[in-house]
Amino acid sequence: MLITQAVIDGILVGGFYALMAAGLTLVFGVMDIVNFAQGALVVMGAYLSYAIVSHVNINPFLTLFVTVPAEALLGVAVYYLLIKPIKRDRTVMSLLVMFAVATLVEGALDLIFTSNLVQIPTSFATSSIQIGKLIFPTVYLYSFALSAVLLGALYLLLYRSRFGRSLRASMQNPVAARLIGIDTDRVSALTLGIGVGLAAAGGMIFGTTNSFNAASSYDLISRLLVIVILGGFGSIGGALVAAMLMLVIQDVVAVVWSPVWGQTVFYVALFVVLLLRPQGLFGKQGVRAQ
Amino acid sequence: MSTATSSAATSGTAASKVPPPYELPALVRFGALAVVVAFALLFPLIFPNPAVTTIAIFALMFTLAVSGWNIFSGYSGYIALGGAVFYGVGQYTSALLIIHLNVTPGWAEFYLLPVAGIVAVVVSVPLGWLLLRVRKHTFIVLTIASMFIFQLFAFNWRGLTGGSQGLTVPQPLWQGSYFNQPFYYVTLGAAAVAIAASWSVRRSKFGLGLLAIRDDEDRARSLGVNTRRTKLVGFAISAFFLGMAGAIYAPFVGSVFPQFAFDPTFDLAMAVMAFTGGLGTIVGPALGAVFIESSQQYFQLQYGQDNVFLLIYGALFVLVLRFLPDGIVPSLSRRWRERVAARASAAAAPPTTGPTAAVPISSAAEQGELLK
Amino acid sequence: MSLLTVNEVRKSYGGVKALGGCTMSFADGAINGLIGPNGSGKTTLFNVVTGYEKPDSGTVHFRGRDMTGASPDQVFAAGIGRTFQLTRIFSKLSVLENVHVAAQRKGTISQLKSWTTGSEHERAVEALDFVGLTGLSREPAGSLSYGQQKLLEFAFIMVAQPSVMLLDEPAGGVNPSLLKHLAGRIRALNQEGVTFIIVEHDMEFVMGLCDQVSVMNNGTALMEGPPDKVRSNPAVLEAYLGSDLTEDE
Repeated sequence: MLITQAVIDGILVGGFYALMAAGLTLVFGVMDIVNFAQGALVVMGAYLSYAIVSHVNINPFLTLFVTVPAEALLGVAVYYLLIKPIKRDRTVMSLLVMFAVATLVEGALDLIFTSNLVQIPTSFATSSIQIGKLIFPTVYLYSFALSAVLLGALYLLLYRSRFGRSLRASMQNPVAARLIGIDTDRVSALTLGIGVGLAAAGGMIFGTTNSFNAASSYDLISRLLVIVILGGFGSIGGALVAAMLMLVIQDVVAVVWSPVWGQTVFYVALFVVLLLRPQGLFGKQGVRAQ
Repeated sequence: MSTATSSAATSGTAASKVPPPYELPALVRFGALAVVVAFALLFPLIFPNPAVTTIAIFALMFTLAVSGWNIFSGYSGYIALGGAVFYGVGQYTSALLIIHLNVTPGWAEFYLLPVAGIVAVVVSVPLGWLLLRVRKHTFIVLTIASMFIFQLFAFNWRGLTGGSQGLTVPQPLWQGSYFNQPFYYVTLGAAAVAIAASWSVRRSKFGLGLLAIRDDEDRARSLGVNTRRTKLVGFAISAFFLGMAGAIYAPFVGSVFPQFAFDPTFDLAMAVMAFTGGLGTIVGPALGAVFIESSQQYFQLQYGQDNVFLLIYGALFVLVLRFLPDGIVPSLSRRWRERVAARASAAAAPPTTGPTAAVPISSAAEQGELLK
Repeated sequence: MSLLTVNEVRKSYGGVKALGGCTMSFADGAINGLIGPNGSGKTTLFNVVTGYEKPDSGTVHFRGRDMTGASPDQVFAAGIGRTFQLTRIFSKLSVLENVHVAAQRKGTISQLKSWTTGSEHERAVEALDFVGLTGLSREPAGSLSYGQQKLLEFAFIMVAQPSVMLLDEPAGGVNPSLLKHLAGRIRALNQEGVTFIIVEHDMEFVMGLCDQVSVMNNGTALMEGPPDKVRSNPAVLEAYLGSDLTEDE
């Protein structure tokens, strides 16, 4: 029974991890860039929602109307200010730059909000639906619903809009895309913006379901990286499946063994996956280092 | 850097001579070195205030760590953002040995420096064997993951590490203002060894291999460089120095905790210092370490704020990467090179040495430029 | 004995067929030329032979040994050196240091000694002198012009002292008088026993230098023979008609 509960929890939580990972995988696919700051940006989204709710007593879900556009704009700005000017050694340098951005964000959040653990209060924090012996916390249900809506909207954007076509073209062949007139810079900037905007949304959910502080970003980014690598770059569906799978594994391990080992599952998985994949982080780059 | 004499002596039948390397005149170099060494040796006597020498000790400790880190990450381009793995291993090794071997607090604790270094090397071999199989960007992420795995183990293997309670390290019993002096000189010595090693590696064939790996690893491999072995050895060397840095920290501070041993801020600081000073140079990391760490220690002393440094380092890193990715030392040396070259071509009409030497083949090569 | 034989080698990139059943052999001890119009697959064949690409099918034999799918360092260890048309040099290192990377030093401990000492230093300086880059020894290789970088590539493989040299368009970007010098040096090295396979567009260079010339077209071998026969062969002329017969890039 405990295990079934763990599985259900894993699936529900996996939903919004997929949301956070969706932006990461898109950016991977379109720009060959590891947005190492995604974890920190999620936490920033959480803190933003938290700050708004602390001042204005509204449903946290409403804060998304502010936090998502704000962070999306930040993503676009980061692209033009920091990523686009990189001329040499793009993959390594962009990774370092995003790592630097991550620590900058984390440092700012730590300074502003201190390292005390907080959680976004919701009116439905303690309520849940019970079916038989299984408990479905309301907050998880709402967040799963939100994730489904946003991921669905993302899917529509990717497969039914002109921008989505440009994005997918840029993913497959940036040079060809440019040749047929797609402004790959704009596509890249908007992709990063979308990715970061999704991080804000995921952050709100993360903030309502977890107590967090600035340091939570490290844990998050390693989890998101695993999910994206397992799910395949540029694949939203893959991210969804991988997210649920990893969260289920974590929750089951936590129940069967201990919560601490549940935590290590992600780091170990990251390790194993990166070592076994001869292409390392980027599937396109062919020949292995050795 | 090679000397002009050896290359001229062995160029044999070549009608043209290899130009001398771009170096500051020997007098300037040795003079500057002498001044720095003298100042460093006399520092604790000039500034006996323990607050000042503490800052100096931390600055030197980072010089040791960053110079060692640079030998691998700077020269080969495999930026190990998780280098704190070895720093933490060094801390715990030193702490555990002092505690369990009942090492007499005092000078004896310094004997553990090379021991901690060697333990770090031993850890680096299997870790490096695993990690160096992937490309550079993957390697960066893997080192970060490794560091967190080590941190998790440190938190949870309570029997060995004391978990989140940490370990208390018996400190030397020296009194008052004398306490810092032995630490200062030992750290100075270790940092000097690290810088000397950095210089020696740069001059060696092995070091050239590392640098070739940085510029084009596949080409280096196809020219016969044993990249696997070269990287592993470089990784091990940097682990040695990082371990030593940890082994200084433990008895100096007197306590070892998982989050300060396997500390992501330490990694960030090292990267910022190395990049600011000049990644892959000999003096760059030392310069970055001395200036940045001293500044941090000073501000911490004056204003007490602890958690602002993450933000400052992050912001500094972003700025350095965006505007001065090569660092200060390479930018300066490039400008020096340009001045020397400009002076050389302006000097004489028919030059007898230098890039425009009057040898048909050389000048033809120059003219080959026009064909492109 | 044939130095190098490729048999029915195929290589495609997505929908683009670069090599379609290519079978050729190159003579040992000779200066072999490999020509063909743009897109005929010459560089792809080079990449397959030297381990930078894996063939989809077919075999590569070097002096009787099966080298199909070998990696670049295995190819190097077999005594085959190769230059690149799009030069791959170590841009942040000086020219002299670049050549030293290619100069092998035996022994594990001796790797720790300075790179300026040792017997390979003479070889390195000689190689640089040979290509005329001695004056630029201290400059960062990244600051060299394209033509100069090509020469540096040549110095690379010289210093490694391979028994076979594969040159990928060595003449491009190099001025005429130097080209003559280069041709002379290739002949001299050949006298000492080094075999060459040279991919080139520059007809004069190839015809004047090579003992044997192979022609490729559309990813397969067209013909091979001495320069005069190839030059006057109507099929070869037809392959080139309509495509660039430029002598330089």
